[in-house]
Amino acid sequence: MRNHKKEENLFARIDKLILVLYLLLVFMGWFNIYAAVYNEEHHSIFSISQQYGKQLIWIIAAFFIGIIILIVDTKFFPMLANPFYGFIIILLLSVLVFGREVNGARSWFEIGSVRIQPAEFAKLATCLLLSKYLSSFNIKIMKLKTLSIIGLMFLIPFSLILLQNDTGSALVYASFVLVLYRLGMPGMILFFGFATAAISVLSLILEPAYISIGIISVAALLYFLLRKDVKQLTIGLIALSSSLVLSWLVFFKILHQESYFPVFISAFLVTIGVFIAPIYKNRLNHVLITLLTTFAFVIFSFSVAYLFDNMLGEHQKTRINVLLGTESDTRGAGYNVNQSKIAIGSGGFSGKGFLEGTQTKFNFVPEQSTDFIFCTVGEEWGFVGTSVVLILFAILLVRIVFVSEKQKSPFSRIYGYCVASILFFHLAINIGMTIGLLPVIGIPLPFFSYGGSSLWSFTVLLFIFIKLDTDRDRIIH
Amino acid sequence: MDAFSERKYVISAMILLLCLIYIVRLFYIQVVDESYMLSAENNSRRYIVKYPARGLIFDRKHRLIAYNEAAYDLQVISAQLKPFDTVMLERILEVDHSFLLNKLKEAKQKRYRPYIIIKQLTSDSYAQLQEVLHRFQGFSVQVRTIRHFPYNCGAHILGYTQEVDSNNIKKDRYYEMGDYIGVSGIEKSYEKELRGIKGGEYFNVDVLGRVKGRLEGGKYDRHSEIGTNIYSTIDIELQAYGEKLLRNKIGSIVAIEPATGEILALVSSPGFNPNVLTGRHLNKYFQLLKKDTLLPLYNRAINGDMYPPGSTFKVVNALIGQQEGVCSRHTYHSCNGGYFVGSFKVGCHVHRSPVNLVESVQMSCNAYYCNVFRNILDNRKYGKVSVAYDVWRKHVMSFGLGDLTGIDLPGEKPGMIPKASYFDKYYGKDRWKSLTVISLSIGQGEIGVTPLQMANLVTTIANRGFYKIPHVIKGIDDASINPKYLVKHYSTVESKYFEPVIEGMFNVVQGGEGATAGWTKVPDIEICGKTGTAQNPHGEDHSIFMAFAPKVNPKIAISVYVENAGYGSSWAAPIATLLIEKYINDTIKRDWFEKRILEANLINAKP
Repeated sequence: MRNHKKEENLFARIDKLILVLYLLLVFMGWFNIYAAVYNEEHHSIFSISQQYGKQLIWIIAAFFIGIIILIVDTKFFPMLANPFYGFIIILLLSVLVFGREVNGARSWFEIGSVRIQPAEFAKLATCLLLSKYLSSFNIKIMKLKTLSIIGLMFLIPFSLILLQNDTGSALVYASFVLVLYRLGMPGMILFFGFATAAISVLSLILEPAYISIGIISVAALLYFLLRKDVKQLTIGLIALSSSLVLSWLVFFKILHQESYFPVFISAFLVTIGVFIAPIYKNRLNHVLITLLTTFAFVIFSFSVAYLFDNMLGEHQKTRINVLLGTESDTRGAGYNVNQSKIAIGSGGFSGKGFLEGTQTKFNFVPEQSTDFIFCTVGEEWGFVGTSVVLILFAILLVRIVFVSEKQKSPFSRIYGYCVASILFFHLAINIGMTIGLLPVIGIPLPFFSYGGSSLWSFTVLLFIFIKLDTDRDRIIH
Repeated sequence: MDAFSERKYVISAMILLLCLIYIVRLFYIQVVDESYMLSAENNSRRYIVKYPARGLIFDRKHRLIAYNEAAYDLQVISAQLKPFDTVMLERILEVDHSFLLNKLKEAKQKRYRPYIIIKQLTSDSYAQLQEVLHRFQGFSVQVRTIRHFPYNCGAHILGYTQEVDSNNIKKDRYYEMGDYIGVSGIEKSYEKELRGIKGGEYFNVDVLGRVKGRLEGGKYDRHSEIGTNIYSTIDIELQAYGEKLLRNKIGSIVAIEPATGEILALVSSPGFNPNVLTGRHLNKYFQLLKKDTLLPLYNRAINGDMYPPGSTFKVVNALIGQQEGVCSRHTYHSCNGGYFVGSFKVGCHVHRSPVNLVESVQMSCNAYYCNVFRNILDNRKYGKVSVAYDVWRKHVMSFGLGDLTGIDLPGEKPGMIPKASYFDKYYGKDRWKSLTVISLSIGQGEIGVTPLQMANLVTTIANRGFYKIPHVIKGIDDASINPKYLVKHYSTVESKYFEPVIEGMFNVVQGGEGATAGWTKVPDIEICGKTGTAQNPHGEDHSIFMAFAPKVNPKIAISVYVENAGYGSSWAAPIATLLIEKYINDTIKRDWFEKRILEANLINAKP
């Protein structure tokens, strides 16, 4: 009797929105795989010999796995964390020895005709272990000991996956930064991390001079927004711009130099000089910090460009340039991205229609059922389809974040953030790659891409969270 | 709940911002930027041109003189290549290893698109290739047609075709790379009728260029329409015979049916076999022909406009003289070995003196025409020589000389009959006299005609005063020929003045006293002709003859030029009469006569 009631309660307590979004994405994925590799001879979507038939089997299996997860007791998951993590590490080690190489990455176990990729499950193991560790009593995130343990937790699977030559899956560990941020890591670290990455990339695409101007403008804007001190901002801007113009004139017109670097350095020195007196007088430390930070970024931008030009070989430069789109190479390294953009771009506003796509079906797009599945969405469903998919993902992610916040148990909350971060990272990298905004890093689009390992690992990841959420009022250790 | 729970907003904002950036980017590449749409079509759509066969060309007796043979272009899609037996392929294609390697390298640039390795394989090579083609993955054959000319003659009339160049494409958007276009002769002037209309088929192809079915079930496919058939005015056997007679000689023949202006034969020698400028060796042979110092590509019959007409021109002056009233059938002039004015002399050969108009033609008397010509120019009623000269010029030009005839072959030259102002410029205004330009009386001097114009002149005489613009096309399958070829152009000389001239020309061939070409007469054909022996600065005289036959209801008018061959009667006249005999009687009875011509090699003769 009690059992029966619990079953009823269980379904009632499941977050229906997350469940519905999950089902929607999985079935949309299945239909798009069907369209991507559609084969006239096997036109039934249930043909077991084709990827779409197989994907259905993975989906059904995923549902079973999901149901099992929903049935087991929530306590089971933190308990599972340590042994599961250990088990995965053993798998990651043994795949290096016994694994099968596919596309240059030795990351697959092959059992009969079934291939399993342990790296997909390593994320899950790390999530569980991280949640368990961080939810234990009296943990201070910014302590060296804590950070070292967390770092080790990431580093072991990260380096093992890197050794398999599966860079994409390894990079996913970067997504845990978001979890740490939520747990109290200073926002500045996140900000500087992003800023440094963005500036490095931009420095290679644009002239450091333009980037410097961009950095200065952003800094000025932020300063104004945060401090709302019009007077200082005005003084600063006038000092900066007039010294910029002045030193540009001196260096370019009088000394006939061709480099912007000295221009910026002297402009900054002048600007800092202008602020020296008020800083002493009014202790305007924040002005100094802002200026110095900005200055540091500008120098950083020039150094990246300098290092790139002088320290790298031609071959490496070409690869990076192609990735960044400053060099077009539609046959070699740039081929995939170019074809992917063509496929998506040719979809237009409303797409070519189901099964009407030519670019994906006729193999112009590589890996069209796995990493580049979004191309089929773009080509056959157009802008309408792509934005619907993005919106569904956005709703799912934000929903997970907000549901996580409702958790009484820190384990559940931290775990929820882990799920959101991993899905977010996959979404950002995968779609960013297909639309040519990010370099080609081969990781699947959650729930969409063909493949049992990725579908199951994302299903388990999500369903554990759904299950934990059904017990949101309980403290789980 | 902890101190940092507010950060859920920052994290959610990051998620939403990223999705927004991506949606904006997607809007840009999917909706705003249309270039991806084109690239996609370019990727997956293959247009295969369906080339129509060119129209056939028949001669005046409906004999097929130009048709199409299948030729096979071997092409390769590099991406589909598998290792294959290169030695075998090279043997079948008759190419060497480096050629094949080069072509395969070039094909690699296109990678996913068909690239033509070798063009216009003959049916024989293709038959060999076809049996083993399945062993050469990635190779395929595209069927084209090339011209074939079964009579191996008429190159200058029929012309040839070659692949279009960028100029052709610029001028006419119909053409695309790989199309063929007529570049000379009928192939050029009737290109629009002959070429037909290209069709095309659209296919979807995959990344390796493999066809995956028709685009939208063939909705946009178009059939090709074959070219229109054309009926030429040429008598191909007469043409072949003319070419045979001029073998080893430099010169030209133009034969016209007087009543219609239809060209029966048009020979320029040396010529070439039209079949060498078809097929895969076109360029090689073209270069050879181009380098030949005897200019076989040059159509002397219509492009050579600096030929002096020589004595044949006397008949023109005889006609104009009568029209202008300075001479008549009974006008006599004496000739004692030439025309003398003071120290000035135009020599003449020995003949009876004085002679009348008919005899002057018959004996080709120089002195007679000096007199006639001076009387025309010094005619009081015009006051000035230059005025009288322009009157004379107008008469001359009414015979179709000095300007384009308007023949339907490309590249015709106008010839030259200068205006009075030409001499004004040269000698000073009115500083010249009839004597200054006396050479014109006997068809020498500042005058140039094409052999075609010469034939047109004798046509006008045969018609007793009119010609129709000479043309090489009688009919086009479903259209009529240009009506300009049906209009009679009358000369300014009245019909009645032609009879004494024709009588003289009749005697030239049929004999009588002093006949210049009596030995060439053909039993039972009444040929009227006029010899010419034109001096030219480049060596031996040109041998010239123009004639028509029969005298009543003429069937053929002909002009023959044999360069640097001497007297008109020795080479040009026999050739002309043989052609007349061939055309009218269909057989040659004068075997020895024919043999002499066939065996003569005048190209290498010492001057």
